[in-house]
Amino acid sequence: MQIKVTINDKLVTWDVEKDEFLADTLRSHGFLSVKKACETSCCGLCTVWVDDKSVLSCSILSLRVHGKKITTIEGVPKEAEEFARILTAEGAEQCGFCSPGFIMNVLAMKNELVNPSENEIIHYLTGNLCRCTGYMGQLRAVKTYLGVVEG
Amino acid sequence: MKSVGQSIRKIDGMAIATGKPVYTQDLATPNALVVKILRSPHAFAKINSIDISRAEKMEGVECIITFKDVPAGRFTLAGQSYPEPSPYDRLILDEMVRYVGDEVAIVAAVDEKTAFQALKRIKVDYEVLEPVLDFEQAVGHSTVVHPEEDLSCNFDIGLQKEKNVASSFTEEVGDVEEEFKRCDVVVEGVYYPQAQSHAMMETYRAYTYLDHTGRLVVVSSTQIPFHIRRQLARALQIPASKIRVMKPRIGGGFGGKQTGSVEVFTAIVTLKTGKPAIITYDRKETFSCTTSRHAMRLKVKLGADREGLIRAIDMEVLSDTGAYGEHAATVLSCVGHYTLPLYNKTRAVRITGNAVYTNKMPAGAFRGYGATQGTFALESTVNSLAEQLGLDPTEVRLKNISKEGETFLTGQGVLLGSTSLDRCIRKGKELIGWQDKFPSREIGQNKVRAVGMAVTMQGSGIANIGTASIEIRLNDDGNVTLLTGATDMGTGCDTILSQMAAEILEIPMENIIVSAGDTDTSPFDPGSYASSTTYVAGTATIKAATELKKKILEQGAKFLGVSPEDAEMNGLAVRSVSGEQEIGLAKLAELTILGAGKLQLVGYATHGSEVSPPPYVAGFAEVEVDQETGKVELIDYVAVVDCGTVINPNLARMQAEGGIAQGIGMALYEEVRYDELGKMATNSFMQYKIPCRKDIGKVRIAFEESFEPTGPFGAKSIGEVVANTPSPAIVHAVYNAVGVKINHLPITSEKVFLGMQKS
Ligand code: FES
Ligand code: FES
Repeated sequence: MQIKVTINDKLVTWDVEKDEFLADTLRSHGFLSVKKACETSCCGLCTVWVDDKSVLSCSILSLRVHGKKITTIEGVPKEAEEFARILTAEGAEQCGFCSPGFIMNVLAMKNELVNPSENEIIHYLTGNLCRCTGYMGQLRAVKTYLGVVEG
Repeated sequence: MKSVGQSIRKIDGMAIATGKPVYTQDLATPNALVVKILRSPHAFAKINSIDISRAEKMEGVECIITFKDVPAGRFTLAGQSYPEPSPYDRLILDEMVRYVGDEVAIVAAVDEKTAFQALKRIKVDYEVLEPVLDFEQAVGHSTVVHPEEDLSCNFDIGLQKEKNVASSFTEEVGDVEEEFKRCDVVVEGVYYPQAQSHAMMETYRAYTYLDHTGRLVVVSSTQIPFHIRRQLARALQIPASKIRVMKPRIGGGFGGKQTGSVEVFTAIVTLKTGKPAIITYDRKETFSCTTSRHAMRLKVKLGADREGLIRAIDMEVLSDTGAYGEHAATVLSCVGHYTLPLYNKTRAVRITGNAVYTNKMPAGAFRGYGATQGTFALESTVNSLAEQLGLDPTEVRLKNISKEGETFLTGQGVLLGSTSLDRCIRKGKELIGWQDKFPSREIGQNKVRAVGMAVTMQGSGIANIGTASIEIRLNDDGNVTLLTGATDMGTGCDTILSQMAAEILEIPMENIIVSAGDTDTSPFDPGSYASSTTYVAGTATIKAATELKKKILEQGAKFLGVSPEDAEMNGLAVRSVSGEQEIGLAKLAELTILGAGKLQLVGYATHGSEVSPPPYVAGFAEVEVDQETGKVELIDYVAVVDCGTVINPNLARMQAEGGIAQGIGMALYEEVRYDELGKMATNSFMQYKIPCRKDIGKVRIAFEESFEPTGPFGAKSIGEVVANTPSPAIVHAVYNAVGVKINHLPITSEKVFLGMQKS
């Protein structure tokens, strides 16, 4: 079956199977930033945007994004780099495997929440697991990025 | 210092953070065959027959391998230096299957779908046997997990296969029984640290192909490229010279990737078909068909005098190694090795133990490597001792811990080169607010807050066994290439080693290229495990860089017409001490390597240490416990770390925060569980909970630097030691809150609730 999507601002037509998930479609077309770490919608590593909202690309059928706008981290290089600079200056990317999905969700949060509190930040990002860093460094980086003042 | 001691961004940080294609799966070609495994549904069975005829005929199926098609020699998947102290108890595929998930057949097909369909069409007839599932019943069980004749060991590790004992261990100094008689107080406890999953985000995977000379190339998410090469050579019975192993970026290891869980399956496919192949474990396989931390039972007996000086320690360990014996012997011995030296006022210590085979997923290496389990048991017992004596547990530690320049009973006279554990304890008390908070206080609404603590140590590398080689060369353009076999798995060793090289060579890090983790080009390194890299490979780096610098200065002096003593580095140049003459490194390199020079300058060193200096952590937990429901909330965790000199504060902090989080997971959430038939019940993130960011509360890290005389710039290790304190410290805090002592990890609300009912 064919779907038409806008991927990172380019209109494309892709052949997909009816039981194919978006994460696999994206990887097979070279969007290798998209990682998977579970089969149960638990880890958040596969986060991309569909119509500018974060979704778990491992759990959405490719057929269902027909006609929609998909964004991976490759599509927002400037914004991603800006936050990644802060994240890496904090040392908060260890293996980095969780980072692309995490960054996509952080950028989505920035667009969505105005002046979030620490608890709101934690709540928003809870679905993004990380086994390496213990989350504290990621939180420091997010706060720096959003200009959240301590206290 | 310009580079060392600075929070320098990792050299690969931006690439991995922004999702560049630098991991194993990203590097595989799209035409690679997809490898899938048919697995045993039984905990213990003998394969009577396998019918692959229907699967074999399918279009797109390239090869199917069963036990009849694999070489006969047994091997181990443990990533350890040769001769490995792990039993050679595996075949690539065996007629016997020893746990639910054990490999039965390997299928390679053009795509995943076809491979899965082929798996379904393979028919296996099993003779189902009675499994050993309870590790406390394993010794002397009527079922023998490894009855085979051809199982062997490189040397005696106490294996008695007919009794299901994979390894046994005894160490005793002094007469423990006599000492206990002289003690004023004796406390005892039995502890059950559970099996824990590594749960690294990147599951296990490897990609293989044949190169232009027909050699097998293995690209693998591994911590141990050189060990994988040796393992594969033995398992596949081909010369190691026909194998190249490369490690790209790795999505986490934690010891899991110190065992060669997947490489052999894809390698055999490539050898049989001549085609590229990739194996990618899903999360379920990663949970249930690789390795976990060893579950253990530890009986600890501690004797002390009235003042609280610990005089005798006796530990008896039973370790569950599961179906295969990877790391069984060494994890067992590390239980005592990395705990007993903490306290040196002892007059007698004894540790005995068995690691037993059962019909469950094998255990293997996991950050902490026996020290985690030992620390939980010993530190919990020390906390009981303090209570019995009516002493502050921090004071009991301060009285008993080993100090700089001292030795300990099992230490064979080796003197402790560095420790700031006393300062770590004092600092931690201050940060957590021990004086006001110990032991507990009611905060209303049936809630109690309390604090608890524990201390721990680990090693830095493996004394007299671990070595690392480093080569640093001056390139024709004046830049420098550092070649290392050390395997950065996100921990940052590519960065740490280039920081050290930059410091010695007095050049900016940007001018150093790191080439790592490739058995064809890297000098030997056992890989990243045993908290080795900074300490062992770091020292090798200093030596190699020092040698190269000497050569550069000599060469520069020649061009400048001064004596080598009168030459010094000046950024990317050599100048005369007087400052009058200077030659840039690029020019120097050009004149030296090309044309008449005919000399490439290289610094080279192999280093191994005779000691394994311990890093330390003092960990403090504050919890809030609901007296009605037993719910435990971690409010605050403080860890004060002595890793010697901190080479890169950001990376050290991240290691510490991550290790503490993994320890918190072990203390409060994580447990590998099986059903009554031996099938793993916790094979997804739904059933096996790792901490999410809401569970961590507040983790605070502080460093109390010491200076380790044998370490690079005074550094020791940090990677593993940070995983050990949460379990005993949180158990202690919960006890101080509600008087319930949890000896079976993890601490669940249910256990706390039931404990409160009893008391
Ligand atoms: S891969 Fe885990 S949530 Fe999508
Ligand atoms: S950095 Fe490794 S999983 Fe997050």
